[in-house]
Order: sequence, then structure tokens, then C-alpha cells
Amino acid sequence: MAFVNWLKRNLVVIAGLLTLAYLLLPNVIVTVFSFNQPKGRFNYEWQQFSTEAWKDPCGVAGLCDSLSLSLQIAFWATLGATALGTMIAFALVRYRFRARGAINSLIFLPMAMPEVVMAASLLTLFLNMGARLGFWTVLIAHIMFCLSFVVTAVKARVMSMDPRLEQAAQDLYAGPFQTFLRVTLPIAAPGIAAGALLAFALSFDDFIITNFNAGSTVTFPMFVWGSAQRGTPVQINVIGTAMFIVAVLFVLASMVIGNRRKRRTA
Amino acid sequence: MTTTLTEAPPPLDATAPQQKPPRRRGRWTPYWLLLPGILWLVVFFALPLVYQASTSVQTGSLEEGYQVTWHVATYWEALSEYWPQFVRSVAYAAAATVLCLLLGYPLAYLIAFRAGRWRNLIMILVIAPFFTSFLIRTLAWKTILADGGPVVEVLNTLHVLDVTSWLGWTSGDRVLATPLAVVCGLTYNFLPFMILPLYTSLERIDPRLHEASGDLYARPVTTFRRVTFPLSMPGVVSGTLLTFIPATGDYVNASLLGSTDTVMVGNVIQSQFLRVLDYPTAAALSFILMAAILAMVTFYIRKSGTEDLV
Repeated sequence: MAFVNWLKRNLVVIAGLLTLAYLLLPNVIVTVFSFNQPKGRFNYEWQQFSTEAWKDPCGVAGLCDSLSLSLQIAFWATLGATALGTMIAFALVRYRFRARGAINSLIFLPMAMPEVVMAASLLTLFLNMGARLGFWTVLIAHIMFCLSFVVTAVKARVMSMDPRLEQAAQDLYAGPFQTFLRVTLPIAAPGIAAGALLAFALSFDDFIITNFNAGSTVTFPMFVWGSAQRGTPVQINVIGTAMFIVAVLFVLASMVIGNRRKRRTA
Repeated sequence: MTTTLTEAPPPLDATAPQQKPPRRRGRWTPYWLLLPGILWLVVFFALPLVYQASTSVQTGSLEEGYQVTWHVATYWEALSEYWPQFVRSVAYAAAATVLCLLLGYPLAYLIAFRAGRWRNLIMILVIAPFFTSFLIRTLAWKTILADGGPVVEVLNTLHVLDVTSWLGWTSGDRVLATPLAVVCGLTYNFLPFMILPLYTSLERIDPRLHEASGDLYARPVTTFRRVTFPLSMPGVVSGTLLTFIPATGDYVNASLLGSTDTVMVGNVIQSQFLRVLDYPTAAALSFILMAAILAMVTFYIRKSGTEDLV
């Protein structure tokens, strides 16, 4: 009876942890299979333990080129989307202007549209203009779909900002530029950072829009997609696992730094 | 979803006046700030939609070029040929959305109310998979659901597969390359998009409301049904939209985990555009998909009475 009661009380915890397991199971598989030595071309069945792939992560033709291309695109897309998105967010929160409703919908719609529709329509534009598909078309597309997410992230932060801080700065004889640089920007920074991080992750991992607009350019997700047809090298799992570890360490480090700063100011 | 990641500090003074943008100086400043970004969206998001609409009513061939001939029949032909893929996409996406809600709610609830000092850790674990390419993670499901693998064996022993085969969700003792595998992949891929908004709205609920409800002799189930769930409605609505919309247009899961019997409309658009090169049909299909989703979303938002969400 005690057990039944305990079960009743913790049912939601058990269900939640099961969901968490469902979410993390593929990552476990990816990690475990990065130590596999598959027999055929595909790395779907466990054969035997090996660290070969970890010793030579670039051992597959084109893999590391695609990885570096994806990193470059993600870097520039993040830079572009964050700059443009932050400007829009400030304008939306701080100023009154005409056509606000239309602008809000224009920012909301890309997030409410299936990726395949955006991808296909952008391709018709590029085809009509006779643009050569490649690095630039992918970059243009990535900035386009990351923009709305940056706006949302930065807007949330700027909205919660006390406008009197800027007034105080101006009372203390700071010019508009100085106020922005010394007061506004530092306060908005976490929102901008969150937006940039999101843009980077979205761009780096984007497949559908890239698939339509890349031509013969191969980004990392395109490489994985191609290898799903031709044969999956173990190195893909190595890169996947390494990315996961780096990301978790990055988040943990930023949390530790954040906590320490909080303690210092408290 | 990022709003959950950045903690908003409390305002310095709770009675701080809500700012009304009053600036006289720099009347043109907002327009300069908006110009580059909005221009980008107009040229590379809105304009392409116009081009796509125009392409869908063109006729011609790749060699001779296309001309706008207002050939609306393309829409009719596309619909009559590919309606099964449309129906299938909506059905799979709906199933995945319901599954996401059923699976995601307990986890969001756990993080919001029961996790205590584990909250941040669980939160990281929910977000962390994002940082491994989703294609690699989707491929991992090929291993998990492999024929004769442990998952399939267990389901077989429990006779679950007999039931799902009878329903047409799986075929024989295979899970891979069946509708169940595709829905499983879709659910997995979009689950975090359900959990994060759910968590955001659950976290805002004052836990004392639960106590008050208990004090008024409501059983936990009643408390959930009458207090917690209604208050989490904004999260439920935005979570279902964030899973349903991308799931409908997805073609990755159907390609990697499905078979020719699980082709979704995204697959058709992709192959028409990139392999068959029948641009008018592809554009028409994509346009129908967009219109259908916008109609469904508008109806859903009206119904759930959360217009202010958008």
C-alpha cells in the first residue's frame, strides 16, 4: 500500500524521467556507436569496440570540409541575423512608428511557416533571378530564417529593461551614443547573446532550407544526409558526440560563471 | 523559447511607469533601425512567396522556359494526385503533436514543480540534444528500431506489434519503414519545442494555488484539471503550434525512417523541386501546404481563444 501511495505521488516524476530518457536515448546511441567498427558501409549494427574513428575524425573525404563550411556559414549568419534582429527589436520596443502590425506579422510569419515552404519559395526566387546556388544563397537564407528568432529573444530582454536607467544616464550628462554603449547595450547583452546562440544553433543544424538552396555546396547536415544514402562513416558519430560534449561543457561553464557573478554581486 | 533561457531581472521598482515611447528627437530613427532587417525579410521571405505563387500558374518546360498562363488546373492536378500525401502529413503531424503533449507535459511539470535543485540540470539535458545534428540523432533511431533489435523484440513479446500491425501502423514484426517509425521520429524531433513553452507557462503558476486548491478539498486530479491545466493553456497552444507546423512540412523523418508507403507532402515537394524539376506542380503543392497550415492555425488560435498570443 505504501508503495502504491509512493507511486501515485511520484507518477509525474517517473513519467517525466521516462520522457527525458526518450529524448536522450539517441544521443547515447550516437556516442556508443562512435566506438563501433561496422562491417558494411552502414553504422547501424553493433560489431566490436574500436577507437579508430576517434583517432582519425577527418578520415572520410569531405567530412571536415563540410564541417568547416557549416561553421563559417553559421558564424556569418549569426553575425548578420543578430545585428539586423537587434536593431529591429530596439525599434519595436522603443519607438512608435507606422505599420507596426504589418512589421510584427512579417517577423512572426517565418516562424509559423513550414521550412519546406520557405525553402521552395526562396529557390523559385533564386531560379528566377538566375542566381548561382552556393555559399551566398545559403547564407542569405540562413540570415532570413534566424532573424525572427533573434528579434524575439532580444525583444523579451529589452522589454523588461527599466527606461529610467537610460534617463538617469542622460541626467548624468551622457550623450545618446554614450548612453547606448555604456548602459543600454550591457543590459540588453544577455538577450542579444541568447539570440545569437539560438541563431548559431539553428543555422549550423539547418537542413531543409539548405537542401533546397545549396546547389552542390555540401554543409555538414548535407553531408550526413548524403551519407544516409551512400553509407554512414563512424566519423559522423564522432563529430556528433564531440559537438554534444562541447555544447554541454559550454553551458555548464556559462552557468558556473553566472552563479559566481551572482554571488559576488549579492 | 529563448525567453526561458534568459532570466529577466525584476524591475528596479515595481511601480515603474510602463514606458510609452515618447521620443521626439530622431523621428526617423525607428525607420533606420528597421530598414535593413525588414528589407531582408521582404526580399528573401515575402517576395519569394509571390514568385512561388506566380510559378504555380506558369506552364512551359525547363528547356523552353516558363510563362505565366494562369494555368490554375495545376492546383487541381496536384491535389488530385497528391491528396493522400497531404492527408498523411496532417495525420502524422497530428499524431506526433498529441504524443509530444502527452510525453512533454509530465517532463515540463517535473521541471517546473518537482525538480528542486535538479531543475537546471534537467533543463540542460532537454536542450543539449539540440547541439548534435538532428540528422545524426534521427539516424540513431534506425539502430534503436532495427529489425530484431531489443525494442522490437520486447514489443513483439508483449504482442504490441500484433495490435499495431492490425491498425496498419506497423507491418509484421518490423517497426522501421512503417508509419509508427515516422511518427516516433517526428515526436522525438519536435518534443523540445513542446516542452519549453509548456515549462514557461507552468513556471509562472503560483504554487500556492495548488495548496489553495488542496485546502478546498480538491483531489490532485481535480487540481490539475481545474487549476493547473487551464493556467498552462498558453503553453499548450504555442507548444502544439511549434510541433504541428514543422512536423507537417517535414520530409527528413519520412525519408530516413519511412518507406514509399509513408511519403509525406514535404517529400513530394522536395523531389518535384530538386529531382523531377516540375516547378509549377512543386510551387502549387507548396502553396497549398502553406494555405492549409495558415487556415488550420488561424482556426485553432480562434478556437482556443488565445489570439493575444500572436
